[in-house]
Amino acid sequence: MAQITRDDVAHVARLARLRLTADELDTFTDQLAKVLDHARDVEALDVADVPPTAHPYPLRNILRADEPRPTLDRADVLAAAPVVEDHQFRVPPVLGAAP
Amino acid sequence: MTAGDAAPAADTALGIAAAVRSGTRSAVDVVEEHLTAIAARDGEIHAFNLVTADQARQAALALDRRVAAGDDPGPLAGVPVALKDNLCTAGVPTTCSSRILEGWRPPYDATVVERLVAAGAIPVGKTNLDEFAMGSSTEHSAFGPTRNPHDTSRVPGGSSGGSAAAVAAGFAPVALGSDTGGSIRQPAALCGVVGVKPTYGAVSRYGLVAFASSLDQIGPIARTVADAAALYEAIAGHDPCDSTSIPEPAARVAEGLGEGVAGLRIGVVTELSQAEGIEPDVSARLQAAADALTEAGAKVDEVSVPAAVYGLSAYYLIAPAEASSNLARYDGVRFGLRVDAPTTGEMYDRTRTEGFGAEVKRRIMLGTYALSAGYYDAFYGKAQRVRTLILRDFDAAYQDFDVLLSPTAPSTAFPLGAKTADPLTMYLNDVCTIPSNLAGHPAMSVPYGTGDDGLPVGVQVMAPALGEPTMFRVAAAIEATAPAA
Repeated sequence: MAQITRDDVAHVARLARLRLTADELDTFTDQLAKVLDHARDVEALDVADVPPTAHPYPLRNILRADEPRPTLDRADVLAAAPVVEDHQFRVPPVLGAAP
Repeated sequence: MTAGDAAPAADTALGIAAAVRSGTRSAVDVVEEHLTAIAARDGEIHAFNLVTADQARQAALALDRRVAAGDDPGPLAGVPVALKDNLCTAGVPTTCSSRILEGWRPPYDATVVERLVAAGAIPVGKTNLDEFAMGSSTEHSAFGPTRNPHDTSRVPGGSSGGSAAAVAAGFAPVALGSDTGGSIRQPAALCGVVGVKPTYGAVSRYGLVAFASSLDQIGPIARTVADAAALYEAIAGHDPCDSTSIPEPAARVAEGLGEGVAGLRIGVVTELSQAEGIEPDVSARLQAAADALTEAGAKVDEVSVPAAVYGLSAYYLIAPAEASSNLARYDGVRFGLRVDAPTTGEMYDRTRTEGFGAEVKRRIMLGTYALSAGYYDAFYGKAQRVRTLILRDFDAAYQDFDVLLSPTAPSTAFPLGAKTADPLTMYLNDVCTIPSNLAGHPAMSVPYGTGDDGLPVGVQVMAPALGEPTMFRVAAAIEATAPAA
């Protein structure tokens, strides 16, 4: 297992939509390296022929009948939203600057 | 109980319910006594993020009217209950002790909250937790730590520290917490109360703010095993709103509590009892409990669950990975904090950067790394296979034993600030509790005396999936021989 680097942490921070200061980058790199180092015992195991367990209980594809049912009241949901316009969640422009 | 507090410490949930149902006590009086206890001491303890006093009084009034009218008020009539602040309560702020959800009012109640209210219980407030349930000390709350009622210079454990402290301090006889790697059981042990993590899927997660979806479970915290059993029966059972909910109704766990342990085979798990960092005084209490069970007629022996030693590592790959996915929804768009910016992308960045605390960021990044291209198989993929090994070793142990025992936490409550410098030191608190989450098996902590420092120690009882009836029965037997608090 390669040691996690400062660049790795900067990369995952970007993926996770987190902005880190230079100090935080150093601290987090150090801390994450220690945790991953502890996990080397798992990394060293040969478990190639062991199937993974994603969920402890063998439930599969739990569906319900396709019948309309009452759901959350739209007004209640929008009441908790930061910015609402026309019954929609208003966000800043996705691309480029605001007009 | 420590000196100087006016808490009605002797009140059990069952005692209250019986008195309220028979009309001997009014729910209004019960609630008022508990609100007084909270007001007297929660300034110091900080178990609660929010006390819902007015709502509790109104609910109590309505309940007393139903009793007076001859209606059945429910098995938990008038019982004050504290709710961990990651459980959705309609119209009542649910913050997960995070700035990113500060002030957020859910548009619905969690299923467990609905079921408790239907049973006659009266929510009195939302309790403090480590932010998004990530932690073992409640020090990672964005709103300040909770203090252990037995010694306020110490942590109550976490992440359900507020709920455990609330019960230990007499603010409510029972509480709900959530447990992903030990977050009900470990604070229960550190606060000297009972804490139960049900079989995965036994209790609906609908309305529990998700941390790690394949590990999370809601469960009761109480001062007695009987109260925990009553709460378990009120909340467990299939819920169509939770697709991971087991099809069966709640197991009957209360009726068999007094059956004793004669003839039961009980295994003390070697790898957990001798794990990294287990203090000698904690081991001594576990041994005392094992001896007491032998006295009571059980057949107690040591048993090996070899893969349990990999639990901590597997958990700190799986749980953060699932968390990184679950916490992607906090982006400022639909609910919670929004930090405005010229573009959506920048809004996501600023909202999440300002809204999340350091521990949450750490785990999101760890999880993102474990799932990223090139590393998925080596980290997350491998950890999921280790999970299978742990399940297999538990299954093998349960061929020869009915329940298993271990310490709950490696030590008694540690001082505030003692373990925050190095995340790994904090993570080691979960070494005994994590395997049950990975396996999806039920486990509970029962208080069993104190350590050398006079602080509470808990003993953990583990059972196979859906083994709650036997687990509670053994817990009751342990409780019966525990030294007086």
